[in-house]
Amino acid sequence: MRLSPDQIVFWEYGFIHINLTIVTTWALMILLVVGAWLITRNMKSEIKRSRWQNILEMIVLIIRDQIKEIGLKEPDKYLGFIGTLFLFIAVSSLFTIVPWYEPPTGSLSTTAALALSVLISVPVFGIAESGFKAYLRSLAQPNFLMLPLNIMGEISRTISLAFRLFGNMMSGGLIASILISIAPFFFPIIMDALGLLTGMLQAYIFAILAAVYIAAGMQNEERKTVKSGSEKELDTQI
Amino acid sequence: MDSITIIGLVSIITAGITMAIGGMMPSIAEGKAVVRALESIAQQPDSSPTITRTLFIGLAMIETSLIYCFVISMILIFANPFWNYFVDL
Repeated sequence: MRLSPDQIVFWEYGFIHINLTIVTTWALMILLVVGAWLITRNMKSEIKRSRWQNILEMIVLIIRDQIKEIGLKEPDKYLGFIGTLFLFIAVSSLFTIVPWYEPPTGSLSTTAALALSVLISVPVFGIAESGFKAYLRSLAQPNFLMLPLNIMGEISRTISLAFRLFGNMMSGGLIASILISIAPFFFPIIMDALGLLTGMLQAYIFAILAAVYIAAGMQNEERKTVKSGSEKELDTQI
Repeated sequence: MDSITIIGLVSIITAGITMAIGGMMPSIAEGKAVVRALESIAQQPDSSPTITRTLFIGLAMIETSLIYCFVISMILIFANPFWNYFVDL
């Protein structure tokens, strides 16, 4: 039995393998890019505009509001990264309604790549926001002894991010293929519908967790201001 | 019993036990989390968006251990490295 779409190899030369995961990923990327280009080609600010522009604006605004609620003050900076993660995972699990399609997120390589990009983006955004020293200080947060534990925490949460998405997407496809051999007609459809729900939920959770990690990487400055603000309030109350 | 029989036996039994315990404990934990979240939403309906978001993040965290168990049992059944080693021998 196949565990991941990695095992269907189309073309192979040396260490280069072109497998189903890569092909599906590139197809989805082309679809997303061309679709976004077609929609944003002639945007209008009048009342009457195309329905595609409406739906794209809705998606972008919802993602922006969610990022702002996590605690990132300027969501436009992170909208590109987190929105891309969400849209890619959501679209790749949404396309499971197409027959013979296998989501590229059901392969550990794809999810590991996405999680690695989150791992790298946390220090990049943190340093861009509050400087190199402040980021290092946030790594050694309670005191200096916790530095190795914090670094281990960064790595282990990256692994859990990758395995969570991989396990969820793989289990959906696997349960459907097991049920096809047991109860062929009706139950696989129900499990596929459930798989659509879990896919959207996992896309949401992946994006939200990326936003939470980025916010945690730069919270050093804000926490101080919040604390001083609450102390001021206490003073006025007294 | 030769070694390949022992490996097959132990792998299947371990996969079953892994899924049983690893499915039971996170389910209890998720049930407790959902119960608390529902109680909080019933008490304070205004803050339900925040509670729902935090609940989803927490549920994802709890479910991680279940996913680990699932991946390990799948590896044990479908892609067992020890089994493959002794088959190749």
